[in-house]
Amino acid sequence: MIDLLQTLLNAIAVGSFYALVALGYTMVYGILKFINFAHSDIVMLGAWTAFVVARAAGLAGEEPGWFAGPLILVTAMVACGALGFTIERLAYRPLRSAPRLNVLITAIGVSLLLQNIGQLPWVFGTQPQKMPNLLPPIPDLSIGPVPVPLVDVIGFGTAVVLMLLLERLVFHSKLGRAMRACAHDPKVAALMGIPVDRVISFTFVLGSALAAAGGVLFALKYSGLKQPADASWVLLGLKAFVAAVIGGIGNVRGAMLGGFLIAFIEIFGAKYLSPNLRDVYVFALLIIVLLVRPGGLLGRATVEKV
Amino acid sequence: MPAAGALVQPGFGTIFLRSILPLCAVLAFALFMQGVAKPWLAPFHAKVVIDIGIAIIAAVSLNLVNGLTGQFSMGHAGFMAVGGYFGAAITYYGSFRLFGDASFRGGWVSWALATEHFTGGAIASGDFLFLAACIVGGLAAAALGYVVALPSLRLRGDYLAIVTLGFGEIIRVLLTQTNDVLATAEEVRNTPLWRLPLHLGGALGFSSAVGIPSYASHFWVALWVGVVILVSIRLKRSSSGRALLAIREDEIAAEAMGVNTTGYKVRAFVISAFFAGVAGCLFAHVIGTTLNPKELGFQKSFDIIIMVVLGGMGSVSGAVIAAIILTVLPEVLRDFNSYRMIIYALALILMMILRPKGLFGVNEVWEIAPVRRLLRRLGLGGPRPPKKSIGSGARRERGAP
Repeated sequence: MIDLLQTLLNAIAVGSFYALVALGYTMVYGILKFINFAHSDIVMLGAWTAFVVARAAGLAGEEPGWFAGPLILVTAMVACGALGFTIERLAYRPLRSAPRLNVLITAIGVSLLLQNIGQLPWVFGTQPQKMPNLLPPIPDLSIGPVPVPLVDVIGFGTAVVLMLLLERLVFHSKLGRAMRACAHDPKVAALMGIPVDRVISFTFVLGSALAAAGGVLFALKYSGLKQPADASWVLLGLKAFVAAVIGGIGNVRGAMLGGFLIAFIEIFGAKYLSPNLRDVYVFALLIIVLLVRPGGLLGRATVEKV
Repeated sequence: MPAAGALVQPGFGTIFLRSILPLCAVLAFALFMQGVAKPWLAPFHAKVVIDIGIAIIAAVSLNLVNGLTGQFSMGHAGFMAVGGYFGAAITYYGSFRLFGDASFRGGWVSWALATEHFTGGAIASGDFLFLAACIVGGLAAAALGYVVALPSLRLRGDYLAIVTLGFGEIIRVLLTQTNDVLATAEEVRNTPLWRLPLHLGGALGFSSAVGIPSYASHFWVALWVGVVILVSIRLKRSSSGRALLAIREDEIAAEAMGVNTTGYKVRAFVISAFFAGVAGCLFAHVIGTTLNPKELGFQKSFDIIIMVVLGGMGSVSGAVIAAIILTVLPEVLRDFNSYRMIIYALALILMMILRPKGLFGVNEVWEIAPVRRLLRRLGLGGPRPPKKSIGSGARRERGAP
């Protein structure tokens, strides 16, 4: 029973950063209809930026104060938001009317570029690092006999706050309405006077900032920070993308749902079936969902018309 | 002389020659590589030539799916892994079963070590075992390709990319779950045949004290390079190839024209997977290789994709040239190794922005204008009127804004 509860808590914690990363995928896909392959590298850069900032601010090894964590989180989010803006401006905007395959290949190129720039000795280097502890000095909580790690509570809390903010932004603001209009039909949106390019830029900034938050939370939970070109970052991004597809790509609430669903499958599968096959469960679930319900759980199936 | 455009049925002799001559040329090329090129090359260069050959097989086979058919597969390394592990298991365990140990038993065509003097027959029993391993490895990969293709080809472009990537990862993860390699003849003999594929080395890779016998000589690599190029070019020029290009240009229009899109896509996928398996099998038998699941992850798929994209989506010779350049370049630029991938990535992005079809587009090298002019001056091109290249029109996108 304790085992089950612990696994459940763990799944919620993992699900919160999958959901954050999945949101970026789903928003970009919703408008531009392509997989932003570089998104997983934004996650990586978010985590590494947090690490570098924490080290530069002298937080490594010491007892961090109350404000260290939020400050570093915001720094990473801002930095990655700016990076997302730059990438969209330089790499994706020239290809606005190009075939989707070309954009996909460009995205792969951007992904490789970010990974390998991160690997350069004067950027982050090729060595894995240990993320310093950034949590405020609160003792660990517990529900009855089940200990609840503080990092999970804070991770989940941050994710929920960010997702509520996003929900508010997308569904209850003018900008959000513009985003949804662009996702629906960019051409008509442009005719209605919506600055489509600016909305797309904003979407990238938003998605990248959320990805950075996901990356920082990931690094706090699993403090061993893998090297920038490590396959695990791409896998993390892939799983988040799978989450977005399962929830129904282009659907903001679907991405959140999918993120938690994927985490549940993965964590429970790893706990009760076999820990070595955790990636297999996720991709198997993806294939099943695509076969049974190609539009995702909350998405609508679209028919291609001439 | 018949009127221009009239169909002339060639005679039996012509057809026979047309089908047999290229095969002879491939065989001659392979024998040349083994007999003349390899002894002449320094051992290090000889190894690079082998690497180039394997890269060519991988790139040209991926070009069938990604280039000609326009289906973006990102799991090519997964098929290579299947072919490599299957092939390695067959030669390694097969050698134990047939000969009693896993040492090298090839003849002259399989002799890969350039430094040592070889005194064996022309073709030994080990050669046939290796050929069988290549074919079975390829067939295993092709069977898997069929399994992957059936569900995933119902999906649109970018979903397909993700699913194939996922499949590649599943294969990699499953391979890391296999047991240790059996090292002695008794162990191999005492294990039932069907259990042998469970002993593939796991996460540490296929390594044992004996090692996989290194049959991948210049002959075999060159032979398969020839075969894959031959098959690709013949396929591209056939009616099936035109169907594939039609699918790539506009799937809905192709379907409306009566092209069985799913069928053709599956076929392209299976052929491509077969040759990927062969490339993997050759890769497994190169001297000093330890087959490692890590090495055949999606990074490897990306490498092959870069070759196909830079060479030109759909261009067989473009894929060959890109494979050569991208294999030689890292060897030349060893000092700049950390910048190599950055340069590749930038090249990929710039290529997509400035020249979206890749270096040669869908054309072959001898079809682009300057080369054709040169060929004609040399009296090789013939007075053929310039053919309008397929796929030169703007590609329309469905569903996109």
